[in-house]
Amino acid sequence: MSIERASKRRFCMAIVAFGLAGSSLLGIGPMTMAEGRTSLAPSQEATEQFKGTLRYKNPATGDKDPIAGADIAAADAVGNVVGNATTAEDGTWTMSVPGPGTYTVTLDVDSLPNGVGVSKDGAEELTKVLVSGQSAFLLFPLGPRARNATDSIGERAARLFAEGLNFGLIIAICAVGLSLIFGTTGLTNFGHGELVTFGALIAFFFNVTLGLHLLIAAPLAIICGGLFGGLLDLGLWRQLRKRGTSLVSAMIVSIGLALVLRNIFLFQFGGFNRKFAQYQVQPDGLGIGPVTISPKDLWSMGIAIAVLVGVALMLQLTRIGKAMRAVSDNRDLAEASGINVERVVLMVWCLGGALSALGGILLAVDEDLTFDMGYRLLLLMFAGVTLGGLGTAYGALIGSLVVGEFILLSTLVIKPELKTVGALVVLIVVLLVRPQGILGTKERVG
Amino acid sequence: MPINSDIRAVRGLPGVAPTPGVAKPNPILAIEGVVRHFGGITAVDVEHLEIQSNAITALIGPNGAGKTTLFNLLTGFDQPDAGRWTFDDQPIHGMPAYRVARLGMVRTFQLTKALSKLSVLDNMKLGAKNQSGERFFEALAPWRWKSGDRSIETRADGLLERFNLGHMRDELAGTMSGGQRKLLEMARALMSEPRLIMLDEPMAGVNPALTQSLLGHIKALADDGLTVVFVEHDMDVVRDISDWVVVMSEGRLIAEGPHDSIGRNQTVIDAYLGTRHGDSSTSGVTE
Amino acid sequence: MDYELIMRTSLEAPFGVDAVIYALAAIGINLQFGYTGLLNFGQVGFMAVGAYSVGISVNYYHWPWWVGVGLGLALSVVLALLLGIPTLRLRADYLAIVTIASGEIIRLIMRAAVLADFSGGSAGLPGNYRDPFFALSPFDRGAEYGFWIDWSGENFWVMIVGWSLVAIFSFGMFQLMRSPWGRILKAIREDEDAVRSLGKNVYWYKMQSLIIGGLIGCFAGFAFAYGKGSVQPDNYSTSVTFFAYAALILGGTARIWGPIVGSMIFWFIITFSDQMLRGLVAEDLISSDLLSGTQIGVVRFIIVGLGLMLLVIFRPQGIFGDKKELALDAH
Repeated sequence: MSIERASKRRFCMAIVAFGLAGSSLLGIGPMTMAEGRTSLAPSQEATEQFKGTLRYKNPATGDKDPIAGADIAAADAVGNVVGNATTAEDGTWTMSVPGPGTYTVTLDVDSLPNGVGVSKDGAEELTKVLVSGQSAFLLFPLGPRARNATDSIGERAARLFAEGLNFGLIIAICAVGLSLIFGTTGLTNFGHGELVTFGALIAFFFNVTLGLHLLIAAPLAIICGGLFGGLLDLGLWRQLRKRGTSLVSAMIVSIGLALVLRNIFLFQFGGFNRKFAQYQVQPDGLGIGPVTISPKDLWSMGIAIAVLVGVALMLQLTRIGKAMRAVSDNRDLAEASGINVERVVLMVWCLGGALSALGGILLAVDEDLTFDMGYRLLLLMFAGVTLGGLGTAYGALIGSLVVGEFILLSTLVIKPELKTVGALVVLIVVLLVRPQGILGTKERVG
Repeated sequence: MPINSDIRAVRGLPGVAPTPGVAKPNPILAIEGVVRHFGGITAVDVEHLEIQSNAITALIGPNGAGKTTLFNLLTGFDQPDAGRWTFDDQPIHGMPAYRVARLGMVRTFQLTKALSKLSVLDNMKLGAKNQSGERFFEALAPWRWKSGDRSIETRADGLLERFNLGHMRDELAGTMSGGQRKLLEMARALMSEPRLIMLDEPMAGVNPALTQSLLGHIKALADDGLTVVFVEHDMDVVRDISDWVVVMSEGRLIAEGPHDSIGRNQTVIDAYLGTRHGDSSTSGVTE
Repeated sequence: MDYELIMRTSLEAPFGVDAVIYALAAIGINLQFGYTGLLNFGQVGFMAVGAYSVGISVNYYHWPWWVGVGLGLALSVVLALLLGIPTLRLRADYLAIVTIASGEIIRLIMRAAVLADFSGGSAGLPGNYRDPFFALSPFDRGAEYGFWIDWSGENFWVMIVGWSLVAIFSFGMFQLMRSPWGRILKAIREDEDAVRSLGKNVYWYKMQSLIIGGLIGCFAGFAFAYGKGSVQPDNYSTSVTFFAYAALILGGTARIWGPIVGSMIFWFIITFSDQMLRGLVAEDLISSDLLSGTQIGVVRFIIVGLGLMLLVIFRPQGIFGDKKELALDAH
């Protein structure tokens, strides 16, 4: 291995280490929130318990009011209720459970004050594994009451459509990079989910550990994501292409890389859910027709649309964008017509890394940050990319929107816990009917 | 290799007019209205074409004329937008490639497909038809297929000797030179005992010495009673061995006839010269 | 540090239940990926089908154990057909994506709370279904068997049945791969158009490979169900498939011994590194602040991932393989 190559690789590792070292500083960094943090170290008490504090950020005053008298119940893995708790005047609650195991802890939404509910459907239910002697803090995300039992099916559908659009846009932001990488290099990158997680974790490092506002932390994280993508190309993928490693081998390498990265994240970050310092409590939503959308979701969608339009314009109008499409179309022809293919591929990786970082941040604002958030999104990205037609950037966009919408809208008829199943089944069915995807063209033989 | 000029004179097609789409006395393959578009480009649009059985037909045309696409269509490797064709009076359009091959119409590829991690002998044995050991449960019982496999091996060895590949028998096919791969692919196709063999640019990328030997092999195939169709874009190469020449340009049949008549044909000359001057017009069509 | 214990535990692993499970799963993958070139990333789905079939048949329907086995095999064939019909005519990556999705679909359905009565939800099925299987065992379930390395009677029975199956399937694979049938599969891995042009129904051969590899994966699921105390949905996550690939590539793809040797070495490395790290932490040679108990579990995944990358890049033929016939890069 040449010294230059080795140093590049070392540099790339240094960036990873830098980010991870940051997240390991969490313990001593300024903590802006107490809830939601769990400790894996055995607590003083020998029993296993759940605890937490229920507070609701009053939109009128901006204060965080404690909620008293809310009922919380825990069920064991087979559904037997094994513990109950009611919040005290200061909103705190504690509940002992029989022993280590998996518990589903449910907040009774009807016991909350009027107008207060959980921030989104299903958030009243948290599943948590307790190890021996562990005492876990649980955070129920509260917000204006999103849903009443009296909602008509039309209103529910409209609201789910809006949420689906948001989710689909997030998938699309991440999947466009996946699709471009596939188009230009032929690599089915199973490590793309880790680029998503990387972006969110770096943003968390800037935001929570260093205390920067998320609006500053996010762009920094996106730049880091782009650099990370570029360094992966320079340090790993370009070297593999030079060695003539086959695409299948490269795909397996990407699986190994994903495994390594994901577990480094887990090693440093731990297995719990976290949130950014800002935008965790939703102020009043804005009514648009029958739909109430929280401002952060609106901003999230707006940013996603603006970025996607920007990417589309770049692909259509700029030289580098045209070069990316040319390499996707026909690598040999592009090379023959004087395009520096390796440089284009490097740019694609940077773009993919940056977009994934943005997607990860938007996802973390919408839901929680976990070490495997990107990995859980990976299959949905694949579904979107495949639905749209492998390797076409616009196909990835449309396919992802379809997947996002389908996942949310399907909860009208199926249980939310099965929504991902629905999307994956649809993927298989579409492949049966239209194997080349929505925008793909039929492969030619010979 | 014997000089076969006498035999070819007998096999030629006297009395058949050199006009595109002309009927032949004894066609083994008859094509009717085959059309294939790629996006906006018409890659193939052949109204009528018959291939005389037991003759050597050369399919020539400039790069991008649609020769390979026509091959792909006829052998079931690509689906046409329209058209029908018969092999030995049996309609075979829409038939999957493997069934076309089983009927006795076997092709080779422009870019050789020697199976490089298999031995040369295994490559050959793969070509044989109706092997009982190709069925899963019989494969588990070696006594059921061992004797058949041995007779296949004998036949394979014979063909390998004929194509001067006997010494490579136990080598991996990946170790062969480009020309040897072409020979192997032709020999492998013969293992399936075809009646019509379609060779896609058998001479491409082969050194001149081996080209002569390849041409000899092709002639010998016809002497054995096979029908041979082969694609070539260089008109001069086909002179010595073809009984009949079919010319395609921009997807269409523009001429057919004996080699001499083709050489004088103004349309053909224009097609070849035309593409030399304006190559861009056809570069969109990949073969 | 108790080096004898570490060595004993590490040497137990290559023969134990985990090695059996991964050897079986990898034999199936070897047929599909190693010999035919099919990227089945959903082997764990076949394993889940096997495990849940024996579990649900006995626990829920109270059928005899062999009905569960038959059901598992039948459902594996159905699953292989479902996956193969839409994708085997398409490019290889489609099969990869669809199979990886199918594995997740099965896991998510099995852990769904709506089906908790049937499949046990996220807690899985308790081990009652194992009783009829152990009733056949000549060994005392609770007793210890062996010399220096001891196994419980349960594990010993599972190991004997499991390694017998490994031997039978490997012998079958040996027969198949020197037959004309195996020749066709290997040829498909190299270039399926060439095989098609010689009159072979490539689609059907790929389907056979997918089905048979899936059936062997289903046996890995049986071993998983009987070898462990219960059937837990989250034991059937995608990483199981990738571990089986890692084991196979370690031992060498497209070799009869590859999956067996690979799985044994794989589990030796995993167990040894785990035990060593735990020993070092216990002795305070590594500070427990630096490496907590949970984190040691994470380290093994990092080792597997790194090992998989390095193997594929630098020794794609596996640790014993011969560069000349390096099967992996043929795809």
